[in-house]
Amino acid sequence: MSLLRGINPNLRNIRNSELAPLGMRAWQIKDELRQGARKPYKELIDVSSADPHRAGVKPLSFVRQVLAVCYYPQLAKSDKLPADVRQRAQRLLGTCAGGSAGSYCPAGGIPEIIDIVCEFISRRDDGVPSYPENIFITSGAQRAFVEILNILVNTLRSPITGVLTPCPSYPPGNMAVVMLGGAVVPYYLDEEQGWELKIDELHRALESAKGVCDPTVLYVINPGNPTGHVQSRKSIEEVIRFASEKRLFLMVDEVYQDSVFEQESRFVSYKKVLAEMGPPLSHTVEMASFHSVSKGFIGECGLRGGYVELVNVDPSVMRNLYTLMSRDASTTTGQLALDLMINPPQPGDPSYPLYNEETQYIRATWVQNVKRVLEVLNSLPGISCQPVKGGGYALPRLHLPPGAIQKAKEVGMLPDYFYCSRLLEETELCVGAGSENGQRESTYHIRLCITTSVDTMEEVLRRLTSFHIQFMKDFS
Amino acid sequence: VYFTFLYFRYHSISWDGMNGVPHRGKVLTVDNMNPNVKRVEYAVRGPIVQRAVQIEKELKEGVKKPFTEVIKANIGDAHAMGQKPITFLRQVLALCSYPELLNDNKFPEDAKNRAQRILQACGGHSIGAYSASQGIECIRQDVSRYIEKRDGGIPSNPDNIFLSAGASDAITTMLKLQVSGEGRNRTGVMIPIPQYPLYSAALADLGGIQINYYLDEDRCWALDVTELRRAVTAARQHCNPRVLCIINPGNPTGQVQSRQCIEDVIRFAKEEHLFLMADEVYQDNVYAEGCKFHSFKKVLFEMGPEYSSTVEMASFHSTSKCYMGECGFRGGYMEVINLDPEVKAQLIKLVSVRLCPPVTGQALLDLVVNPPQPDEPSYTTFIKERTAVLAALAEKARLTEEVFNTVPGIRCNPVQGAMYTFPCITLPQKAISQAKEKGLAPDMFYCMKLLEEMGICLVPGSGFGQREGTHHFRMTILPPTEKLKIMLDKIREFHQKFTQEFS
Repeated sequence: MSLLRGINPNLRNIRNSELAPLGMRAWQIKDELRQGARKPYKELIDVSSADPHRAGVKPLSFVRQVLAVCYYPQLAKSDKLPADVRQRAQRLLGTCAGGSAGSYCPAGGIPEIIDIVCEFISRRDDGVPSYPENIFITSGAQRAFVEILNILVNTLRSPITGVLTPCPSYPPGNMAVVMLGGAVVPYYLDEEQGWELKIDELHRALESAKGVCDPTVLYVINPGNPTGHVQSRKSIEEVIRFASEKRLFLMVDEVYQDSVFEQESRFVSYKKVLAEMGPPLSHTVEMASFHSVSKGFIGECGLRGGYVELVNVDPSVMRNLYTLMSRDASTTTGQLALDLMINPPQPGDPSYPLYNEETQYIRATWVQNVKRVLEVLNSLPGISCQPVKGGGYALPRLHLPPGAIQKAKEVGMLPDYFYCSRLLEETELCVGAGSENGQRESTYHIRLCITTSVDTMEEVLRRLTSFHIQFMKDFS
Repeated sequence: VYFTFLYFRYHSISWDGMNGVPHRGKVLTVDNMNPNVKRVEYAVRGPIVQRAVQIEKELKEGVKKPFTEVIKANIGDAHAMGQKPITFLRQVLALCSYPELLNDNKFPEDAKNRAQRILQACGGHSIGAYSASQGIECIRQDVSRYIEKRDGGIPSNPDNIFLSAGASDAITTMLKLQVSGEGRNRTGVMIPIPQYPLYSAALADLGGIQINYYLDEDRCWALDVTELRRAVTAARQHCNPRVLCIINPGNPTGQVQSRQCIEDVIRFAKEEHLFLMADEVYQDNVYAEGCKFHSFKKVLFEMGPEYSSTVEMASFHSTSKCYMGECGFRGGYMEVINLDPEVKAQLIKLVSVRLCPPVTGQALLDLVVNPPQPDEPSYTTFIKERTAVLAALAEKARLTEEVFNTVPGIRCNPVQGAMYTFPCITLPQKAISQAKEKGLAPDMFYCMKLLEEMGICLVPGSGFGQREGTHHFRMTILPPTEKLKIMLDKIREFHQKFTQEFS
C-alpha cells in the first residue's frame, strides 16, 4: 500500500497534458521508424505544438553566436565571429556575477537586463513608461504566470477563486489554474468572427460563475493561442473596462506579440491601451502582462526565458511577490536570450544584414504557410479554417460526418482525437486535437503549428489532404 | 519585520497614482491574496542581501565606507566568487548553442561528439526546442548509467529519472505532490534544523506542516534517530507526518552522514511509514578525512529487498554545486524509487505544467554524468581542473574551521562537506536585548552590523533554524583563498569588537 495515495487532490483535476496520449504515440512511431519499421511515410512530422525549431525553423545566428561566446568566452579572442557579437557577449557577461553565465541571477532578474526590458516596452508602447520594480524575469512566461496565479488563488476562502479563461485556450494555462486550486470559468471565443472576444460572452461567463466560484481573474491571450486572432484596440478597451467594472485582475499573455502576419492587424499591448485610456482606469486596473523568448522570430522555447510586467499592483503584494520569485532562480541563458530578442542588431551593425535576412525569411514563411493552410483547407469539404492573423497555430474546424462521430464513441475517443489518431497512424502526421484547448460542445477542431518551414507545411498539407478526403469518404 | 531599506526597490515609483489608490480599492491585496504566500521567507536572498546590494550601489556612487567592496558570502554561488568554469563543459555548451563551431578545429573531438549526440536528441536538432516534460530521454538514460556506476551496479531505470530546473524544482514538485489533507490530517514534512530554507519556504507556500528535527551540534551536527522519533511522535498530535527530508552532505551544516546513520534513517522511515527525500546535491563536496558520501539509494538496496522493494524515496542532484558550480544553468534531476504507478502518472502530469526543464541545463547535466574518459582528449585537462576546484574547497574548509576556532565566542564544527560553515556565536546579553528592542533576531542584528561595518554579507542562523537561545551565521567558503583569509580575519576582528562593545 503506497504512502502516496493521499496526494494533492488538485492534481487529479488537471486534465492530461498536450503531449499525452497522441504525443506519446508520436514518440513511439518516431522510435519505430528509427528502428526501420515500414510505414507509408519515412518521417514523422509533428506540428502539434508551436515549437519552431522542432518544426525545422533555424535559430537566429546572432542569438546563438552571442550565447556561444557567453558560454565559452575564449571564442571572443578570435575574429571569426562578428565584432558586434563579441561586444554583446562581453557586455552581457559583464552583467553576470563573476563574469560567468553559470552564476545565479539576482532575485527578480539581472538589473541591467531589466532596464533593457523597460526600454523595450516603452519603445514598443510609443513612450508609455515602464519601471524596473514592476518587472520580473523568469524561466519562461509560464513560470511567472504560475507564480502570479499562486498569489491570486486563495484556496482558504470559500467559494474558491475563479479565473475567466478563453475557450479555446492554452492548456498549460488552464492546468496551472487547476493545479493551484482555482476554478476555470470558460468564456467562448466567437469562431464565426475569426475567434473574436465578445464582451457579451464575458458577461455570460461571469454570470455562470455565480454561486460556483468567486471570479477574480480575467485571463486573456493576445495574439490568440491557438486561435490566431489579434485583438483590435477597441476590443482591448472593452475588456479593460469590463475588468475594471467587475473588479477583475487582468492576466494578459502576449507571448505572440511578434508573430502578427497581416499588415492590417497590428499588435497593440494592453499596457499601452490602458495608459492611453487615462485616469481613473490607467491608475486602477491591476494587470500582469507576459512575454517570452519561446515565440516570435527567436523561437527559443527550450531556453526558458520570459518576463512579467505588473501594473497598478499593491506595493505590499509586490513585496510578497518578490520573495516568491527569489526562491528559485531563472536561467541565466533565458535572461541573455531575452536581451538578444528585444535588443537585436540594428542597421549598421555587422550582424544586421544576416539578422534581417533570417527574420524576413521567417516572416515570409509564416505568411506563406498561413496562405497555403487557408487555401488548401478551405477548399476541402468537411473542413474550414478562420483567418489566421497571428500567433503560432491554425485551428481548422472539422465538420465530421455522423458516422465518424459514432465510430469515435464506439472506440471511446473524443471525435477530434479519433481523427487525429487515425491521421497519425496512417500518415505519420501528428496534429493537435481541439479538445485539448477546449471548444464549444459538439464542435471539433485540429490544431497545427504554422511556424514550420515552407516545405514541411507543404508536406503537412499533402498528407492531411489525402487523409481527409479518404476519411470523409470512409465515414459518409 | 521589514526594514526600511526594503522599500528602496519601490520608493522610486513615479507613475502618479500608483500609491495613491486606497488599499481597499485594490482587487488584489495582502488580505485577500493567497495567505500562504505571506508566510514565505527565503533568508539566503532575504533582507540582509537586499541591504548588501544597496550598499554596493552606494559604493558605486562614491559613498565613503570603511570598506571598498562587499564580500557576498551569503549564497552558494561559486562562479560569482571567482571559481572558473570547467573548460570541457563550456566547450560542449558552446558547440550545442552554435553548431557551426563543429567545423572549428580548435574544439577537441570528444567535445564535438558529445555536442552532436545531445543535438541529435533535441527537436529539430536545436537546444531551443521544447523537450519532453520529464527530460530528454537519452540524457535520462545517461543519468541512470551514472547512478548505476556510482552505486556499484545497483540498477537504475531511466523512467524513474525526472530532469529538472536545478534540484530545487524537483524538490518543490515532490512537496507539491504530497501536501494534502485537512486539519489534523494535513501532511507533515520533517526537515532538519538547521535546514536549507527552500524547504521551509516551499512548505509555507503549500500550506504543509513543517516538522522540525534538530541536528546535534555537539556531535558535529549528527542526525540522531531518537530525535527523529521525538519529532514525529510529537507531530502526530496535530498533523499527518508523511515525508522525511534529509540533506546529505548537509546545508548549512556540512555534515556528511555515516553509512550507519543512513541505514538507521531508512529503517526509521520504514517503521514510521515516511517518504524519504534525499537532497544529495553536494555529493562530490566531501573533504574531511574518514568521511565518505554514501547515496541513500545504494544503502537502501544493500539493506536487502525487505527495504529496497518497499521504502519510497526520491533522491536529488544538481549541476549547481560540486566541482561544476553552474548555478545559472539550472540543471538537475531526481530519481524516484518504489513510486506507486498511479502516483507516478500524477507526477508526470504535474511536471508538464511547467512545460520542460531548461534544455541547456539538461545538456550540462548530461556532461556531468558523462564526463571525459581516460582515453579521451579532454580527460587530462578535465581531471586537472576538477581536482583543483575540489582541493581548493577542501583547503578553504580546513582554514575556515581553524581560524574561527581561534576566536573566543565563535565555535566552529569541522566543515566535513558542502560549501558552508555554520559556526555558533556567543552574543553578549546586552546585544541580545538591543536586538530584541529593534525587533531583530540577535544573529540578524549581528550580521547587519558586520555588513555595515566590514562589508561582509553572511546569512544569520535564524534564517536556517537553530535551537532556541543559540545563535549562528552561515558563511560560504567560496571566496578565493586570499579573500577568504581577509574575510576570516575581519570577522574575527569584528567579533571581538562586538563582544567588547556590548559587554
